[in-house]
Amino acid sequence: MDMISIPVVNMTPILPEIFLSVLAMVLLLINVFGPSGQKSYLAYISFFGIVATAVLVGAGWGGHIESFSGSVVLDNFATFFKMIFLLAAGLAVLISDQYMEREGCNHGELYPLILFTVVGMMFMASGTDLMTIFLGLEVMSVSLYVLAGFNRANKKSNEAGLKYFLLGAFSTGFLLYGMALTYGATGTTRIYKIASVVGQMTLPSANIMLVAGMLLMMTGFLFKIAAVPFHMWTPDVYEGAPTPMTAFMSAGPKAAGFAALLRILLVAMPTLQVEWSQLLWVLAVLTMTVGNITALRQDNIKRMLAYSSIAHAGYALVGLTAGNGTATAGILFYMLSYTFMNIGAFAVIILIAKKGETNGNVMDFAGLGFKRPVLAVAMTIFLFSLAGMPPTAGFIGKFYLFSGAVQKGYIWLAVIGVLNSAASVYYYLRVMVYMYMKEPTEEFEWTQVTAPVALALIIAVAGSMIPGIVPSIILEYAQQAVKLI
Amino acid sequence: MSNVLSLTTFLPILGVLLLLFIPKDSKSVLRNVTLAVTLVNFLISLTILSGFQTNAEFQFIENMPWIAAGPFVMRYNIGIDGISLWLVILTTFIMPIAVLSTYTAVEEKVKEYMICLLLLETGMLGAFISLDLFLFYIFWEVMLIPMYFMIGIWGGKNKIYAAVKFFIYTMVGSLLMLVALIFLYFKGMEAGITDFGLLQFFSLKLDMATQIWLFLAFAFAFAIKVPMFPLHTWLPDAHTEAPTAGSVILAAVLLKMGTYGYVRFAMPLFPDAAHKFAPMIATLAVIGIIYAALVAMVQEDVKKLVAYSSVAHLGFVMLGVFAFNTEGITGGMLQMLNHGISTGALFLIVGFIYERRHTRLITDFGGLSKQMPVFATIFMIVTFSSIGLPGTNGFVGEFLILIGAFESQLRWWTVVATSGVILSAVYMLWVFQRVMFGELDNPKNQKLLDLNAREIAIMVPLIVMIFVMGLYPKPFIDKMEPAINKLVSQMRVAPVNAQVIPVGLPAGHPAMEAPAAGPTMMPAGHPAVAPSSDVNTEKTVNPHEAK
Repeated sequence: MDMISIPVVNMTPILPEIFLSVLAMVLLLINVFGPSGQKSYLAYISFFGIVATAVLVGAGWGGHIESFSGSVVLDNFATFFKMIFLLAAGLAVLISDQYMEREGCNHGELYPLILFTVVGMMFMASGTDLMTIFLGLEVMSVSLYVLAGFNRANKKSNEAGLKYFLLGAFSTGFLLYGMALTYGATGTTRIYKIASVVGQMTLPSANIMLVAGMLLMMTGFLFKIAAVPFHMWTPDVYEGAPTPMTAFMSAGPKAAGFAALLRILLVAMPTLQVEWSQLLWVLAVLTMTVGNITALRQDNIKRMLAYSSIAHAGYALVGLTAGNGTATAGILFYMLSYTFMNIGAFAVIILIAKKGETNGNVMDFAGLGFKRPVLAVAMTIFLFSLAGMPPTAGFIGKFYLFSGAVQKGYIWLAVIGVLNSAASVYYYLRVMVYMYMKEPTEEFEWTQVTAPVALALIIAVAGSMIPGIVPSIILEYAQQAVKLI
Repeated sequence: MSNVLSLTTFLPILGVLLLLFIPKDSKSVLRNVTLAVTLVNFLISLTILSGFQTNAEFQFIENMPWIAAGPFVMRYNIGIDGISLWLVILTTFIMPIAVLSTYTAVEEKVKEYMICLLLLETGMLGAFISLDLFLFYIFWEVMLIPMYFMIGIWGGKNKIYAAVKFFIYTMVGSLLMLVALIFLYFKGMEAGITDFGLLQFFSLKLDMATQIWLFLAFAFAFAIKVPMFPLHTWLPDAHTEAPTAGSVILAAVLLKMGTYGYVRFAMPLFPDAAHKFAPMIATLAVIGIIYAALVAMVQEDVKKLVAYSSVAHLGFVMLGVFAFNTEGITGGMLQMLNHGISTGALFLIVGFIYERRHTRLITDFGGLSKQMPVFATIFMIVTFSSIGLPGTNGFVGEFLILIGAFESQLRWWTVVATSGVILSAVYMLWVFQRVMFGELDNPKNQKLLDLNAREIAIMVPLIVMIFVMGLYPKPFIDKMEPAINKLVSQMRVAPVNAQVIPVGLPAGHPAMEAPAAGPTMMPAGHPAVAPSSDVNTEKTVNPHEAK
């Protein structure tokens, strides 16, 4: 009998994950056995569940607990990212109900799926074992595939789901292969052990198996964050997916991808920094430039924001290329502000669009500025923040990202970054041109703003503006978070 | 009051909050409240003027922690010296005038327009008072947003093109400056500088190569804003399309951001590089003067003509500033104020006739002086001021610039630039003649009404300033002189290190010999001025008598 020994496991680091998973499963049951028809109450339950989880996560700030024999860790880095995921999910839930009701696809499974996605992302951020990270990524991805195709009566949504699934599965293959090779080269999947093994290698860049493993893993994650040249899925999926899910996808999984990349590259393979940063330099430039230039030509605003989201991944890659304290804190800050401003922008899009995802062009914003001034001002704040104009959070984020690059000596990378930023201004301004400087072509009824959407907008506006004026309130946490990884 | 600078800067924001509670249909309330806010703000700024000590130090300093994260420390660090003082006053002085000019010009979306105006005022004032590089950058960028909306929403036919062009041009320049700013900060950090405070960076010694890159980045951003040839193309578009108040503010204050940027940042931060590039910048300035004057001459649209005249005037400012001597920079500073007043007035004048006739084409007018005598008189005075006729403000500035530049290494540039003075007389007088004189043959013009009381009230302060600054510029020069002397001494250390001693300087030139800045360091026995202890009055009065 004493052959089997049950290891003492500290459950504290994964309490929020457990809580969310249980909640998601309960929600599934409620959905089946509860009253049919209106599903709004599920949204409320999940929103409060998310808030409760956030409290739980926040309570763990400052701690450092390793558990499950070092495959999961509770540290500030994980906590910061978990907050981003919860925020993204919370905002997505708030803006979902009205949209799903209008599109006639308010199926109750939506909310459990969002929660499962969050659980997956949380494991990506807190995982310190390649297998944990992989499992987290899979939980996240599988839920996302379903969410992208959630509007099953809509062809485009189906296309989005299928496309995301096929390409995503393919990229997961790369990732797994990379993890296998890394295991082969180092003999372990624990990130901190990989770090010490790689650290002892005299010339890690000569170890072809390790380098190949690293490159393949990077491919897998770069796919999730929609970096060029692994970005092809983004516009179609973002356009086809239900808008709240697009908002969610553009913020959450991107942050999760960066969390995993940061931990693997900076913790496990710092001695290979010369190699991976050279590669990322090129990818960052490509990602920013391709994203921005293609976005210039888009009329469909969801597609435009999809390309812009590629460009934003590029800005964050600038920070990853630099990889120093300034830039990594910048990435965390940027991911958080991007969550606010991008989901905010999508919330406005939801209010402008009409049933069947029509009315989604830039031109349809004509006249919004004076017909619905509050909504337009909110949109203006989001757009200026996306464009990186002070005094918004987007500016401070970019400032720290590019500063990190300058500090590390990548001045040209920063220059290319700011020039890209200037180019991006054009398409953000274009929306404002329609909002404020053109008359609406036809009179139409504006969708009513329901209370949850209004709350989401208020949170998003506050999150896009306040950290821009007093950035320390977020930056201090971001800097503490990156100190420990 | 120790925080009067902050009060001036942020009072307009309070005004915005007030406006938010006024229903959008009560247009006259909106207008009057905005006017009141700007007037109060002007009065507050006058207390700054009266409390200003005539010395080279920064005053009214407020220095509070703001951001401290990572390698960066940004502080809310503001203050003014004799250079920024006048630009602050100019801003608060122009604002009520601009607001008053919109009373009949803007009938739609009044509330939003007034909000834009007030936001713009905060942005402009903030940029002038910032002593923290990061804070300056924030205000510098924030200014763009209300101006963009003003052009884009209330502008003319081609407003969207003009607004977007204005925004993107400025953005490209300022973003490159941002990278330079970050780089400068890290350089400063190596030397022990602890925050973005401008004054610390003045003592930072940078090697030539670094200076050149940083100077280029700063200079590019400012050159777009000035605007200098060949980066000026956004200006005629922006001016032509902007509503009158927008044009007035753009000309009077926003363009000064560029020249102020050179004086406050680009030159003293990178003196060696500034010396190295002075001939190049002077060349562009002179090209700007001549080219813009020639282009102005053939314009059919009065507003476009005034816009191009701006480019020419700002060329003079740049020439004076890059003379690096007291006369040149004083002239440049004065000319910045003068240009603000006279070009602002010109845009108002264009606005008056546009409101009456809804055209700005020169050929649509003629003989207006018979119909509108008051208007004609005012227009004439402003025209003279713009040309730089002795007795008006324009003369003092231009004269000092030309003296200063002639005494510096830019002698030959000055010779060419002087022809710009004549050209400006040509196009201004010619347009005046075609609009005001001749036959009053267009029946539409025969029914034109002369200026009403409000319009005269707008113009009177400007006319008064034209004469005050033209006849007695001493108080203006006195207040700015110590700061300018300090700047000159900051610039003087340069040639020794970099070994680019200006070739045009005669040996034993006072600007080279004089000791480090003292409060009354106008070079005695300066060749250009009669030997007198009171050089300031001498310099400006003498030429008057000579004419």
